[in-house]
Amino acid sequence: MTAGQAPLLEVRDAVLSFGQTPALRGADLSVAAGEILAVMGPSGSGKSTLLHCMAGILVPDSGEVRFDGRRVDRMREPERSELRRDRFGFVFQFGQLVPELTAEENVAMPLLLGGTRRGPALAEARGWFPRLGLDGLGGRRSGELSGGQAQRVALARAMVARPDVLFADEPTGSLDSLTGEQVMEQLVDAVRENGTTAVIVTHEARVAACADREVMVRDGKVTSLRLERTGP
Amino acid sequence: MNVPLTLLGLLERQSSHGYDLKRDYDTYFSPGKPLLLGQVYSTLGRLARDGKVVVGPTEPGAGPDRKRYVITDRGATEVEEWLTEPVETEQHLQTELFTKVVLALMLGRDASAYLDLQRTAHVARMRELTEVKRTGMLIDKLLADHSMFRLEADLRWIDVTQARLGALAEEVRK
Ligand SMILES: Nc1ncnc2c1ncn2[C@@H]1O[C@H](COP(=O)(O)OP(=O)(O)O)[C@@H](O)[C@H]1O
Ligand SMILES: [Mg+2]
Repeated sequence: MTAGQAPLLEVRDAVLSFGQTPALRGADLSVAAGEILAVMGPSGSGKSTLLHCMAGILVPDSGEVRFDGRRVDRMREPERSELRRDRFGFVFQFGQLVPELTAEENVAMPLLLGGTRRGPALAEARGWFPRLGLDGLGGRRSGELSGGQAQRVALARAMVARPDVLFADEPTGSLDSLTGEQVMEQLVDAVRENGTTAVIVTHEARVAACADREVMVRDGKVTSLRLERTGP
Repeated sequence: MNVPLTLLGLLERQSSHGYDLKRDYDTYFSPGKPLLLGQVYSTLGRLARDGKVVVGPTEPGAGPDRKRYVITDRGATEVEEWLTEPVETEQHLQTELFTKVVLALMLGRDASAYLDLQRTAHVARMRELTEVKRTGMLIDKLLADHSMFRLEADLRWIDVTQARLGALAEEVRK
């Protein structure tokens, strides 16, 4: 992990456009190791683009992206791909489970891709089902799971390889309030237990309220605010 | 919060001493912000005067709390009516939040910075409530949920207003 006060993740002056459309216009952000950060902001403000840059999915046109001191924006795709596979976990708005595989096989996937043999990988995957309230659902395919169950399976898959960073983009966006709340509780528990750093993109304040800190993205820039305590 | 009707409602469950009423009220309806015992007794006094409760005989023993209060038919009818009526919707609600934004714009101050700060304060409060929900009893969760949904409503308003500040500034400076 990172020594001293250096952030685990850092974005400096990132600029990125999709053709004529600017998505990031000089975004700056630091995330400390072990921190749970919420990224909020209006739709189209650049939240997902920022997350994709931090996670090495996109490379900014200019600016710097660092993970654990390494320049992600300077890596070639195979190296970024390896970084994503070995160090990061992902949860998106819709679980993005592989429909042909069972829930268990989906969860085991990151381990299998990382070279773990099938038996131990599936055994490890199975261990996640009871603790997420998914008892007995390991054999189901994604079409046979409710939205909340599928999101929990996606969470297990994101966490099974014990990543350094969990990236979540609107993880409760497709769920009702109560289900969303339960998924967030489980996400926070899993992340804290493993000491994983988490970056959670959300437009929902109650999701952001589960994080240690929140920042706002507006027009491709990041604003972070801290409250000055003034009197009682 | 309608204290007299809430106390009446608690008395409909069972007759009670003033102190027990206060304790139940604080536990269920006002955790962290207890009623003053004096307020409980003055309210019970008014309810007795209006024939909604009757005061039982003074019980033997020491201490000030030796009277039981019993709800009357009139009191019970009132509770029943109150429980089935919808509460007043906030038709003329103009919060301090709203006033501050409009005044700031009139005076050419930075309303956007204010809204950002308010937003941060709201999310910080929601973080505290999230902790209450994580560790509290179901009844605490229910109350925290209610506060959280209200804060969320404010936050939606804050976000929409933030997006409309430019147009709003033109309008109020005319
Ligand atoms: N793949 C893409 N192709 C073209 N434009 C895109 C693409 N992804 C995002 N954008 C645009 O970039 C801006 C930021 O998008 P995004 O990061 O998805 O915002 P958010 O996640 O905050 O809703 C928007 O204007 C969006 O339309
Ligand atoms: Mg997005």
